[in-house]
Amino acid sequence: MDSITTQVFQQIINGLSLGSIYALIALGYTMVYGIIKLINFAHGDVMMVGAYAGWFAITALHLPFLPALLFSMIFCALLGVIIERIAYKPLRNATRIAALITAIGVSLFLEYGGMLIVTAQVRTYPPVFPATQYIVGGVYFKYGDIVMLVTAVVLMALLHFTVQYTKVGKAMRAVSFDKEAALLMGINTNNIISFTFAIGSALAAAAGVLMGVYFNTINPLMGIIPGLKAFVAAVLGGIGIIPGAMVGGLMLGLVEAIVSGLGASTWRDAVAFLILILVLIIKPSGLFGKNVREKV
Amino acid sequence: MRNWFNRKNSITLLGIVLLYAVVQGLIVLDIMPPFYMLTLILICIYIILSTSLNLINGIAGQFSVGHAGFMAVGAYVSAMITVLLKGPLILGLLAGATGAALAGLIVGLPTLRLKGDYLAIATLGFGEIVRIVFLNMDFVGGAAGLTLPKQITWSWAFPLMVLSVILIKNFVGSTHGRACISIRENEIAAESMGVNTTKYKVMAFTMGAFFAGLAGGIYANYMYIIQPGTFSFLKSFDILVMVVLGGLGSISGAIVGAIVYTFISALLTGIPEWRLVITAVFLIVMMMFRPTGIMGTKEFSLSFLGKKGDKNAASKN
Amino acid sequence: MPLLKIENLSKSFGGLKALSNLDIEINQGELIGLIGPNGAGKTTVFNILTGVYEKTEGKMTFMDKDLSGLKPYQVTLRGMARTFQNIRLFNDLSVIDNVKVAYHQRTSYSSISALFRLPSYYSGEEEMQRKAMELLKIFNLADKAEETAKNLPYGEQRRLEIARALATDPQLLLLDEPAAGMNPQETHDLMNLIRWIREKFKLTILLIEHDMSLVMGVCERIYVLDYGVIIAQGTPDDIKRNPKVIEAYLGEEVV
Repeated sequence: MDSITTQVFQQIINGLSLGSIYALIALGYTMVYGIIKLINFAHGDVMMVGAYAGWFAITALHLPFLPALLFSMIFCALLGVIIERIAYKPLRNATRIAALITAIGVSLFLEYGGMLIVTAQVRTYPPVFPATQYIVGGVYFKYGDIVMLVTAVVLMALLHFTVQYTKVGKAMRAVSFDKEAALLMGINTNNIISFTFAIGSALAAAAGVLMGVYFNTINPLMGIIPGLKAFVAAVLGGIGIIPGAMVGGLMLGLVEAIVSGLGASTWRDAVAFLILILVLIIKPSGLFGKNVREKV
Repeated sequence: MRNWFNRKNSITLLGIVLLYAVVQGLIVLDIMPPFYMLTLILICIYIILSTSLNLINGIAGQFSVGHAGFMAVGAYVSAMITVLLKGPLILGLLAGATGAALAGLIVGLPTLRLKGDYLAIATLGFGEIVRIVFLNMDFVGGAAGLTLPKQITWSWAFPLMVLSVILIKNFVGSTHGRACISIRENEIAAESMGVNTTKYKVMAFTMGAFFAGLAGGIYANYMYIIQPGTFSFLKSFDILVMVVLGGLGSISGAIVGAIVYTFISALLTGIPEWRLVITAVFLIVMMMFRPTGIMGTKEFSLSFLGKKGDKNAASKN
Repeated sequence: MPLLKIENLSKSFGGLKALSNLDIEINQGELIGLIGPNGAGKTTVFNILTGVYEKTEGKMTFMDKDLSGLKPYQVTLRGMARTFQNIRLFNDLSVIDNVKVAYHQRTSYSSISALFRLPSYYSGEEEMQRKAMELLKIFNLADKAEETAKNLPYGEQRRLEIARALATDPQLLLLDEPAAGMNPQETHDLMNLIRWIREKFKLTILLIEHDMSLVMGVCERIYVLDYGVIIAQGTPDDIKRNPKVIEAYLGEEVV
């Protein structure tokens, strides 16, 4: 293969790796939005906490990758539920702006509260995977890339199965469709909402660990930009729609990899936001969404 | 003109002049500590920012989170005039505000069709794009930023702030302001009552951007240096928090919010590692117990001073 | 020449045909009723006329001018005003400010005069205040002028909505179920009010209503809509006897 094709493939691999991280975070955004119409700005910071929990499990508890991932996911699931119960639940019937401000508050709290605990110092993830690289037709596949993609795909498949085929998944869909009606049908909506936060946060934690592994370094403010990007991904796919978040995340990762590949990496974030604005203007409901209009 | 100097306006004017004179006196006598000076100027800047964001979010009901973007346009355009072209300060400030208004118009026209959260996210994205554009402009210093001479004094910042607030208040208290409020209250009914909703949304947005740009210009020419990082979405959040803290929809609330928030931030500068944690807890608790903010939608009123209230001039005489 | 002429009007939502081939003619000064079972498409007619929805097909002529493609505020400027089935007041504004918003489109002063409080601001506001108070007096709401709209009792909210619509200075007034939720006494008063404002403001009125006593009591002509099709039209007496109407309202078995 000639070098340009090789480079293109290389960027596609990079893009899919990054995109799968965005997709994992975007899933949490989209699920929470779908169920309580809240843009959970703290979601990216939950991912940061997940990265730290994974780092702690690997360096201090000397766990291998999978148990560390699981540890981090459980830790953040609990954190997600606690955040929801303490900060968001009292605002269930408040205005959107009040809920949004609270989310900003939680976000700042996690970032700077986290900084008090772990300090602003950048931490380095130990290499958890062998540095093996596979070369297929001139394209490099790092061992880590493959593990990341596989982990992300497995988690998304699990989520899809949970939402589509389990009882609790059915309840989640019911609550997201009509909270009052679900309540009348005997669904404990509070528990379902907590469960949604738990799953979303666990997925974010997984994204955090993968991010630590992928970029090697973590810091308390690392969640802000990926959090925003993941939100872009969620909107791109159609907010509230689970497959939309997956596709949106992967697409965003690809676009960023292409922009970087073209040598314009300082414009990468701007391109992501430009896509966001264009999607919102042209099809606000996202690629997979249906337009709904207000009844007059 | 007979209406300008009614009893209430005269008393307000007297208070404003007195406040200006006291601070100016302290400065002339050289007994104003620099840190207090900084805080006072910052309060002026943030009052302009919060009242102008309130015009968009609180009055017209359009959920914008991109105010730092307009502030950045104002800061950079004014810096280009005063530093790169060596133009006079007033020209720089005006150009900055106009540039921001233009940006507001360009952003507002397509995005104001969006509602609620979607508009919030679009404006947030716009603010970030502005920041990245300046980051990539090498002639304004890129990430390192641009240094400026400090030209803003109390005698610039305070009168400009007062003027901004009066103009915004005058707008809100007119039929054009009511048209904006009617959009916030019920967009479909507003349009059915003959309000050109697109026009008024864009007008409120552009006007808000104008004053944000003005504030950005004042900020740039006071702070010695501007960097793209200063104008991130966190700055937009700060301004939004001031507006909500004071009471969304209330001009006096926006002023109170700006003062309280800047003041608390200043008090906490001694413990920087705790500053944002305390701010965060404060926000969460505030939203839990008083989500309507300090003032709610009410305004300070001096109408007991005379039967001709200014805001309600028409309805009470 | 009729004031409003609707020809062959159709509207589809996706695959669903909400209105098909409607023909309605309203002459200057008439009081017309538009009735039909729930979901027949009555409010959709209002929404298309006022520009809230776009029509799929057909022609609408109002005062000799085509209405197609106009935005709601442009339709209002042309002289058509409406109320809403589910009341849509500006809840947090005072009663008088609700009315003043409707006067907005005829305001004489610019936003520049407003910003700098030029003399035209004061004269403009004074005039608006005077006109709004006059209108509120007619609707018996003058003593509540400064009250917040959402705090009014239900019946007064309905009255305020009509007052607000009149403030736009319309030729044609569209009333969407003005008696919804009212008791018989209130409905009776409303009936008188509607007759009276028609005389006083020289209005033409198109009225959607479920309350048959109101429709039969005030309307001169009635159109009956069922499943998006006009199934009958005529005087109240014609309509009462029309078998199609009875069938649409009561079901086949009764007939």
